[in-house]
Amino acid sequence: MSAETAGPIPTSRTPNVRTLKLAEAVFVPVLALVASFLIFSLFLLIIGKSPIDFFSLVWTGGFGSSFSLQQSMQRAAPLILTALAFAIPARIGLTMIGAEGALVLGGFAAAAVAIPLVTGGSPVWMAWLFMALAAMAVGGVWIGLAGWLRHYRGVNETISSLLLSYIAIAIMNFFVEGALRDPASANKPSTMPIGDAYRVGAIPGTDVHWGFAAGVVLAIILFILMSRTTFGFAARMTGGNVRAAKAQGLPVGFLMVSCCAIAGCCAGLAGFFEVAAIHGQANASLVAGYGFTGILVAFLSRHNPLTIVPVAIIFGAIAAAGGLIQRRMGMPDATVLVLQGIIFVVLLASDTLYGRIKFFQPEARGDRT
Amino acid sequence: MESAFLTVLIAMLGGAIRVSTPFMFVALGECLTEKSGRINLGLEGNLVLGAMVAYAISFHTGNPWIGVLAAGGSGLILGALHGYICKLPKVNDIAVGIAIMSFGTGVAFFFGKPYIQPSAPRLDAIHLGDWTGNPALAQALQVNPLWFVGIILAFAMSWAFANTRWGLIVRMTGDSAASAKAMGVSVDWVRFLATAAGGFLAGIGGAFLSLYYPGSWNQGLSSGQGLMAVALVIFARWDPVRCIWAALLFGAAGAIGPSLQSVGISQGYYFFNAAPYILTLFIMIASARSKGAAREVPGELSITK
Repeated sequence: MSAETAGPIPTSRTPNVRTLKLAEAVFVPVLALVASFLIFSLFLLIIGKSPIDFFSLVWTGGFGSSFSLQQSMQRAAPLILTALAFAIPARIGLTMIGAEGALVLGGFAAAAVAIPLVTGGSPVWMAWLFMALAAMAVGGVWIGLAGWLRHYRGVNETISSLLLSYIAIAIMNFFVEGALRDPASANKPSTMPIGDAYRVGAIPGTDVHWGFAAGVVLAIILFILMSRTTFGFAARMTGGNVRAAKAQGLPVGFLMVSCCAIAGCCAGLAGFFEVAAIHGQANASLVAGYGFTGILVAFLSRHNPLTIVPVAIIFGAIAAAGGLIQRRMGMPDATVLVLQGIIFVVLLASDTLYGRIKFFQPEARGDRT
Repeated sequence: MESAFLTVLIAMLGGAIRVSTPFMFVALGECLTEKSGRINLGLEGNLVLGAMVAYAISFHTGNPWIGVLAAGGSGLILGALHGYICKLPKVNDIAVGIAIMSFGTGVAFFFGKPYIQPSAPRLDAIHLGDWTGNPALAQALQVNPLWFVGIILAFAMSWAFANTRWGLIVRMTGDSAASAKAMGVSVDWVRFLATAAGGFLAGIGGAFLSLYYPGSWNQGLSSGQGLMAVALVIFARWDPVRCIWAALLFGAAGAIGPSLQSVGISQGYYFFNAAPYILTLFIMIASARSKGAAREVPGELSITK
């Protein structure tokens, strides 16, 4: 092996390079996941709880029966959409963490649009269409704004999108407490309920609402968009090197703003399903942290829209098992947050392993033609 | 009408003094870290964990000052964790910051559950305004000792950056890692120490939240103040003394909502509550492309590139 001095030449005869890269991209996150489970087990042992009990409860509560699997898929629906809202801008090099705000504002817009439609007795499909469009438009504008500020004003998108999240929550609270408050919602200020007839129901034969299907379809569409179209190629090239993209004459500003707008549409749609399928009205329950868990899901999926679906189901399962863990093991509901935090930290630290494990390096293995 | 206006002004002054302390500490910590060329978005987690630890320790020991130190210690640990992970090659410091933030809040909520109900001994205020004879003004001028600590610290940091060898090393590491290396300084080690020390300060800021104002531990205690401090440092252009002015401004903005409510204007309460976020956003938009900011930014900082 040491006798070979020439560099590896990537030709069609070296499929190994691609296979090894793929194997590395699977191996490192899985290793990080296992390592964080071990660290969390240590944490459980220190506070005197059994890790075996914990993970078996997660299994039972998340995947154990068809009921619990459906619960996990139900919880995965908003996670798929908010993870897409992080992953698409990430492809163009933006760390956009404002999906929570776009979800809340999208959900609120859907509930607001629903009021005249429901009271006017419009057809159900029309109400859904307008609600979903309103949610996507508002979410798209919200995240698109952060992208616009980034490109045209040089404002860091991570912080601006986070600030926009807090502003979005304030806007929703302002209307929900004031102009659009349903007088019947005494304890928890909410907008007018959309009513059972206008609720988005479950996919036939399951308990999972249509948001899951929408998430899967959107993940596939966005996968194709980002990896098989000119738009996606240009976006990824911009993410790799903005200067090179500009030198090539790519419309960098347009690409950035549209990627962010797509992201916002995804998060807004998540808000529509939260309102139309889960809560039936807009209120403070929309602020549930899906936006932040979505970031974690996107990182674990390495910003690949297709991988997001199974990873979101795993996190949906952890969330779905949360109640069971709380009751059976007497642990606070923040247990899930601790686990997520550990996974997140270990996962990002594992980025350092890329290119450093000899096994995955073709030149080190001597796999050359 | 005039008296209502005065009431609002006094309330904003009081708010500026009360609310500015955590901003001040987190901003000073962030300023130190950013001067060394690294960014720590995880300080929000330090703030929340610091608040919980301070409250719990103060409750168990009966001495709030031990709580303050313990909060600083918890911040130090989180800061060191961030500093260590960012030392590893190929790791994105902005993303790790978000991760540390979620880890810190998760741990704080987990261990903080039993402390939502009991009440712990708080920090005492120094009454500066009793001589005025105006109860509202007297109340506004009740100042926590930590506020003075923050201000002294800011001047000390400003002096140290300009006049000491350590200050020079930190600034040089932040401006150009290559020249720091040429001088024989370990860039990784300087940044690690600066991040850990910044985390310590942010933890103390959290102690103020739970031990003085609002003065209890609950899960919604911080609501993004640690992150706003990052924007605040950009606004203050990496100058510790200007961080104080910025913190006072943020404190006053946060007091607009409650003070207007106290004179009977409750319309738009939530918008006024969002005032600090809106202010931060506008400040960032205004300062992002300004020449002054471009001149004073540490050259190695990832967030302004």
